[in-house]
Amino acid sequence: MDLFAEKRILTVSQLSALVKDVLEENFEHVWVEGEVSNLATPQSGHIYFTLKDAGAQLKCVLFRAAARSLRFKVRDGMRLIVRGRISVFAQRGDYQLIAEYLEPQGIGALQLAFLQLKERLAGEGLFAEARKKPIPRLPRRIGVVTSPTGAAIHDILTVLDRRFANIEVLLMPVKVQGEGAAAEIASAIRDFNLYRDVDVLIVGRGGGSLEDLWAFNEEVVARAIVSSRIPVISAVGHEIDFTIADLAADLRAPTPSAAAELVITSKAELTTLVQTLEHRLGRAAAGLITGLKSRVGMAQAALRDPAMLIGQLGQRVDFMQERMSSLLEGMLARHADRLSALIDMLRLRSPGRAVEHGWVQLQNLVARRDQAVQRRMDHLREAVARRTGALDALSPLATLARGYSLAQREKDGLIVRSSEQLAVGDRLNLRLHRGSAGCLVETIASPGADQGSA
Amino acid sequence: MAVEKFETSLKKLEEVVKRLESGELPLDDALKAFEEGVRHAAVCSRKLNEAEKKVELLLKQKDGSFRTEPFHLEDA
Repeated sequence: MDLFAEKRILTVSQLSALVKDVLEENFEHVWVEGEVSNLATPQSGHIYFTLKDAGAQLKCVLFRAAARSLRFKVRDGMRLIVRGRISVFAQRGDYQLIAEYLEPQGIGALQLAFLQLKERLAGEGLFAEARKKPIPRLPRRIGVVTSPTGAAIHDILTVLDRRFANIEVLLMPVKVQGEGAAAEIASAIRDFNLYRDVDVLIVGRGGGSLEDLWAFNEEVVARAIVSSRIPVISAVGHEIDFTIADLAADLRAPTPSAAAELVITSKAELTTLVQTLEHRLGRAAAGLITGLKSRVGMAQAALRDPAMLIGQLGQRVDFMQERMSSLLEGMLARHADRLSALIDMLRLRSPGRAVEHGWVQLQNLVARRDQAVQRRMDHLREAVARRTGALDALSPLATLARGYSLAQREKDGLIVRSSEQLAVGDRLNLRLHRGSAGCLVETIASPGADQGSA
Repeated sequence: MAVEKFETSLKKLEEVVKRLESGELPLDDALKAFEEGVRHAAVCSRKLNEAEKKVELLLKQKDGSFRTEPFHLEDA
């Protein structure tokens, strides 16, 4: 019908119906891009918004059915690409775009969803460093959450095999992509926490596209990881793949192989550390014995120099001699006790292969030292006995036996060697070889004049 | 858990070795420390060699309990 052929008068409804036909027929399948505004998301689940640009705006609706498969959240200000059809509301006199598919402009829908979830969970503090638990240094039993037929478990077991690791592995098999995968993964993590008897969890899968890895970007998996009391190592995809699970985990491994290596290296390092400490323990003990030996040597050096002993007052020589002997006796006795206790301890200990040689050496060292010390002690005894003999000859007491007497001033005990130290009337104590006598000075003769006279 | 005992013993062993190496211990204390060190080293060695190599599946039953069964890699 030619509308403009004659001046034909249409009703509003008739004109609107014609417009509706034209528009709906010609715009059944369009793609349009624009900026979102006036976003409304009522309870019904339908999403209403306006797409606009500098020159125009278009009302849009995304019905609930289509909205359900949206991976990301629509926000005001977002730039979208929309596919849909035009529909006319004759009653209202306007038209809208019924959207069937939405995607963000400039970035993939999945990537946007990832960013939005990351932002939200980070805001809740789920990824905070302070939340992360330390991975135990010596894991005995590892829990693994992954597919039983996938690359991850294959890589993990291969690494463990190759390094001869004596570690137990418990695998909880799950789907790692597709419908329901995220739920299974989260459930397995929770189940391990119920089972409890593992030291660390590895959660992951082999490489794939963002779609393939998507289950590890789901909120339910992130929350299960964060709530896990067992430390979790994430091992998803390849080195460049970063998922929400990686951010939530206590430690991220770039691949499943790397996760296995991490666990084993820890154990190998610990084994070396313990062996090193055992070596150091042995060396420190040997050092102690060397130190002791040098202290005994110093005591011996002191005894070799009689001038040190003779420098004392004559009457104290006997006392010093006695003290020396008992000291040496004491040292010998204690030393013998300690050394035999040391040797006993060495014998009782069952050595690891790496340490055995060191222990044998130490034992020999201790035995040799024991003998050396014994010999030194014997020499010391001898030396002391010899010195005693020499000392006796030099001792003032021996001199007295030869007829000399020791004169001391009574008032201050000064041993008198010159008449200049005396005054007439001084009282003297004369010490003889046997007994003593108290004397009174009657006359004094000065030294030069009277040398040698009685 | 067994893991805790290992970490504790290792820490104590490290401390003992440091004390002995400082050379500041009197002989009696040094010997006691040495004995202690030997004990802790023995615990550590034992823990390191304890675990068996084993690979198993962990499966949850309908009643909520768990069971294990051996697992073998199939060549996919």
